[in-house]
Amino acid sequence: MNLELHVWRQPAPNADGSFFTYHAKDVSPDMSFLEMLDVVNEGLVASGGEPIAFDHDCREGICGSCGMMINGVAHGPMKATATCQLHMRRFKDGEVVWIEPWRARAFPVVKDLVVNRGALDRIVAAGGFVSVNTGSAPEANSVPVPKQDADDAMDAAACIGCGACVAACPNGSVSLFTAAKISHLGLLPHGQPERDRRALRMVAQMDVEGFGHCTLFGECQEACPKEISIDTIARMNRDYLQASVMHRGEKAVAGTG
Amino acid sequence: MWFVQFGRSTIGKKIIMAATGLIGIAFVIGHMAGNLQAFVGRDKLNAYGALLHGPLGELLWVVRIVLIVAVVLHVVMAYQLTMRARAARPLGYQKRDPQVSTWASRTMRWGGVLLLVFIILHILHFTTGQVDPAHAYGGVDTAGHRDVYGNLVASFRIWWVSAFYMLAMIFLGLHLYHGAWSSVRTLGYAKPSPQPLHRRIALVVAAIVWLGFTVVPLGVLVGVIH
Amino acid sequence: MELRARVPSGPIERKWAKHCFDMKLVNPANKRRYTVIVVGTGLAGGAAAASLSELGYRVKAFCFQDSPRRAHSIAAQGGINAAKNYQNDGDSIYRLFYDTIKGGDFRSREANVYRLAELSVRIIDQCVAQGVPFAREYGGLLANRSFGGAQVSRTFYARGQTGQQLLLGCYQALEKEVAKGNVTMYPRTEMLDVIVVNGKARGIVTRNMVTGEIETHLADAVILGTGGYGNVYFLSTNAKGSNATAIWRAYRRGAAFANPCFTQIHPTCIPVAGDYQSKLTLMSESLRNDGRVWVPKKSGDGRAPNAIPESERDYYLERKYPSYGNLSPRDIASRAAKEVCDEGRGVGPGGRGVYLDFFDAIKRLGADRIAERYGNLFEMYERITDENPYQLPMRIYPAVHYTMGGLWVDYNLMSTIPGLHVIGEANFSDHGANRLGASALMQGLADGYFVIPLTIGDYIASSRPEPLTADNVEVKATIESVRERTKRLTSIRGTRSATSFHRELGKIVWEYCGMARSAEGLKKALQLIPALRKEFWDDLLVPGTGQELNQELERAGRVADFLELAELMCLDALQRDESCGAHFRIEHQTPDGEALRHDDKFTYVSAWEFAGDGKSPILHKEPLLFENVALVTRSYR
Ligand SMILES: Cc1cc2nc3c(=O)[nH]c(=O)nc-3n(C[C@H](O)[C@H](O)[C@H](O)COP(=O)(O)OP(=O)(O)OC[C@H]3O[C@@H](n4cnc5c(N)ncnc54)[C@H](O)[C@@H]3O)c2cc1C
Ligand code: HEM
Ligand code: HEM
Ligand code: SF4
Ligand code: F3S
Ligand code: FES
Repeated sequence: MNLELHVWRQPAPNADGSFFTYHAKDVSPDMSFLEMLDVVNEGLVASGGEPIAFDHDCREGICGSCGMMINGVAHGPMKATATCQLHMRRFKDGEVVWIEPWRARAFPVVKDLVVNRGALDRIVAAGGFVSVNTGSAPEANSVPVPKQDADDAMDAAACIGCGACVAACPNGSVSLFTAAKISHLGLLPHGQPERDRRALRMVAQMDVEGFGHCTLFGECQEACPKEISIDTIARMNRDYLQASVMHRGEKAVAGTG
Repeated sequence: MWFVQFGRSTIGKKIIMAATGLIGIAFVIGHMAGNLQAFVGRDKLNAYGALLHGPLGELLWVVRIVLIVAVVLHVVMAYQLTMRARAARPLGYQKRDPQVSTWASRTMRWGGVLLLVFIILHILHFTTGQVDPAHAYGGVDTAGHRDVYGNLVASFRIWWVSAFYMLAMIFLGLHLYHGAWSSVRTLGYAKPSPQPLHRRIALVVAAIVWLGFTVVPLGVLVGVIH
Repeated sequence: MELRARVPSGPIERKWAKHCFDMKLVNPANKRRYTVIVVGTGLAGGAAAASLSELGYRVKAFCFQDSPRRAHSIAAQGGINAAKNYQNDGDSIYRLFYDTIKGGDFRSREANVYRLAELSVRIIDQCVAQGVPFAREYGGLLANRSFGGAQVSRTFYARGQTGQQLLLGCYQALEKEVAKGNVTMYPRTEMLDVIVVNGKARGIVTRNMVTGEIETHLADAVILGTGGYGNVYFLSTNAKGSNATAIWRAYRRGAAFANPCFTQIHPTCIPVAGDYQSKLTLMSESLRNDGRVWVPKKSGDGRAPNAIPESERDYYLERKYPSYGNLSPRDIASRAAKEVCDEGRGVGPGGRGVYLDFFDAIKRLGADRIAERYGNLFEMYERITDENPYQLPMRIYPAVHYTMGGLWVDYNLMSTIPGLHVIGEANFSDHGANRLGASALMQGLADGYFVIPLTIGDYIASSRPEPLTADNVEVKATIESVRERTKRLTSIRGTRSATSFHRELGKIVWEYCGMARSAEGLKKALQLIPALRKEFWDDLLVPGTGQELNQELERAGRVADFLELAELMCLDALQRDESCGAHFRIEHQTPDGEALRHDDKFTYVSAWEFAGDGKSPILHKEPLLFENVALVTRSYR
């Protein structure tokens, strides 16, 4: 099949960008979306052009590198699927496809479809961990964890850090990502000692980075390749409220800037 | 102070919105019930008004203060959060295809502005009388009470007054269809099995409020209240 | 070059404890005066960087992805082994040690493997405390599953995302140290060379992948945890970015490369669908518990699978290996698939695939039971191939999955360049000629959390690195050579993309140095590869410049290194004139077609020393002594 692509091209972070039109010819329905772009890129290189830059690595939907807005939907039309796992059989011959980078102030474009998601790392650095130095851990089975809690924690921990939630959210909110981490650790006994501190610091950092707030639009949950539930956001709000009220001594200093 | 920090954070602001919104919900439900007395008749409604302004006058002021503070906080937070959200995505998408967000959720902001306009006009209309389309403000009924009922009937006989009220109530309904659901989540409560249940309660709340208010101007228009 | 393994003396159970005591320590107050560079933030590198920082060292950590959390360890599905013996089924440190040595077909170093088994226990403790959500039983305690190559249940897992969860634990520990200011993280930064001053590794040269800046980073010790080189085959289950550049550059600076030909091929992957294919996806091996493997009896049979009657199907694994049948080990199943496809009986596009049929299992157990067991996998298969495995048999084919070879290291995980340490899949590892499932995650974390934090201290305390600045001549020469090479890559301006060369290289290595190798084929490859390399340097086309984000340039640099490494792999495969583990030389098989080792001649680690461009590398041998385990022959009939 043949497709008409409109792709955002931007040579450098502060340069102006615009849409370019490309024609992807003889696309096999068995190709993944990224393989389709590979072929377009090979054509561009062969004809002396510059290939479209996009992030990718595992191509198995687990590393979280890939991600683009495809026809106005983060990661494209298939639910619970990262861009690299999207296949071309989802598209029709002759279809027009708009491809844009994640857009958020906190995710500045690096080049073309590549954005800088360092803000997500900084949010984790602000408190998304358990402070346990190597070697100091007690015997693993000394703390039983109810199976349901472990399973719920795993659901939240499945987040791949792709940033689609931010991209899809009309407010540019990173709530789902942050809430997933707060939920994962907050559901386990091992995460309890730092629970208040974690909520205060991670939320502070997410504000420092300039993400929007959560109106509960629910777009993030729909875009999330790992189907992280917005229930996690409720949990984050509760933790934050509780921590704010109970934890008066702690200054919710902004994280690592 | 913790609450300064709290009030500065997006989640803190949002929690304040939810709390003030819930106060609003409680008020509108009560207010709606009060208004429905119009169906009983002039005496009943005017007596109710007199009760509020007379023996319960001090309580009324407490409620007024709570409401004023709530509305101010709600609006200020709404403004600040909206500005943050705008700033969070300076360059929008060329193409955008919302997947699940309801129309209700996407009209919270403009709908909210309309509600603000409504509330101001409404108070000027019924409580202070600066806006008096039917020239019926300030009358007194046979029992010597302020004739709220007369003003109400005279005003809603004017088609565009009723239309404005009814339009505002549609947006109030939408505001609550999203807000009654989302506020609970903002305050940190989510059932293990997510949306449907709370959405159903929100739907009921929104429908009752919308209907309960709308029947009054409608009742006047069709002549049930006269 | 001298290979000194520096294995401590004493009984095997006591070696590590004794060594821990014998190693020199760095005074806690002095640690912050030393800088350690960690390249790679996978399980090995991430664990090392976090742990060293916790001890007080200044750490600089590097990865080429935009975040340390995306290292390829994230993709591991199955699980991680540990000798906890929670199941009361007779597991022990010694049994895990024994299984690993045997699984590796007796080509690994006993003392290292024993230490690995010993440390496995503490890994689980550490990860659980970090909040890794391992699967649990209703009683709240940890669950285990069994995995290939072992008769005990010792594998810990977090759904099908074990690698992800372990890596996130590691990553979070790392970010905790970043927040403290002790670790400086350099994402989107690719290491392009090691700086060796006075014979010691003292830093690295990197390219900032956003700005193109070539920079030097100096340190007192350097650790490489840069993963495996399976992508030399172009198509593999590795991430697209996985590469050999870091270890290959180190090799060229004097680090010996050990057992390069030991590469593992996994039998159950989704086959190649077309020329555009960019990578291969692993399907869990557990599918072989219920699926039956077959191909048509006739070659070139183009009928749909369901149209081929029972009598015209060849269930070749059941036929050839009646007692193990569809469950024969990885290497055997892989080779058998290749054979039938070579005979022209392969199925699917390009004839490179065999059927894995669940028809009988569905008949026997019902579709529901099968969905319960394999639902996720069936879904993933359908997503990629658009075929429904409940109705049509799956098509599978072997794919490159893991590399046992890597830089040679001693007991302290130090390479032949003093100060250059290598951990995780990047070193020649503890897996000998074949790795058992769920053991790579264990090794990466053992190296990173528990071994390297101590051995780095020993190195620093005993070598006392002298001060060094960026204007040192050797430093300047190294950065200059990197600039030179980058410029060369962008200035050829030929006609072919790096990917086209990579694909061609992959075909050669897969054909001649893949599942089955022969002297003849390897010799042929040794002619084809240098010719391709020459063409690469004559006709490469890299658009754009070096001073920007340039993914073609990144690719070109990596392919250039693969083109050299591939040759070394073939040399090593040719030199190892025996079959062992994953290395199968068709000249050396039993009458039943099984690998035939020659312990008398080849019980050694081959370690290659770079001798200069255009010169044959020099082979060194580290003899392997088996003091605890007797060498036996594997049999799966
Ligand atoms: C699909 C798949 C499934 C697997 N399943 C299992 C399993 O179930 N159990 C198991 O035990 N093992 C499994 N393995 C093997 C195991 O995942 C890997 O061997 C292991 O994770 C490797 O970890 P590592 O830390 O050594 O390297 P990696 O995780 O590969 O990390 C490499 C790091 O080095 C960095 N890097 C590389 N080159 C450079 C450079 N030049 N400059 C800067 N940075 C660089 C990368 O950015 C990355 O951070 C699986 C492997 C695959 C491919
Ligand atoms: C059709 C719908 C409505 C009708 C008919 C109506 C009617 C009235 C009347 C008659 C009064 C005057 C009562 C008195 O002075 O005794 C009043 C007051 C008021 N109404 Fe409404 N109302 C409607 C909707 C609303 C809504 C939706 C809101 C809020 C969002 C609202 C907020 C108020 C407030 C704040 C006052 C002033 C109370 C006070 O402080 O005295 N009304 N309304
Ligand atoms: C006065 C004018 C009003 C304005 C400008 C306004 C504006 C808003 C806005 C913009 C939001 C969405 C906030 C977000 O982005 O998340 C919101 C939420 C909400 N509003 Fe209003 N609103 C107004 C009046 C009211 C009234 C009268 C009520 C109740 C009867 C109400 C109840 C709510 C509730 C319950 C929410 C949900 C809060 C949450 O999600 O946590 N609002 N409002
Ligand atoms: S929550 Fe979902 S969408 Fe957001 S970063 Fe994680 S995986 Fe991606
Ligand atoms: S879409 Fe945005 S508004 Fe909240 S529910 Fe998701 S973060
Ligand atoms: S490339 Fe890894 S998730 Fe898509």
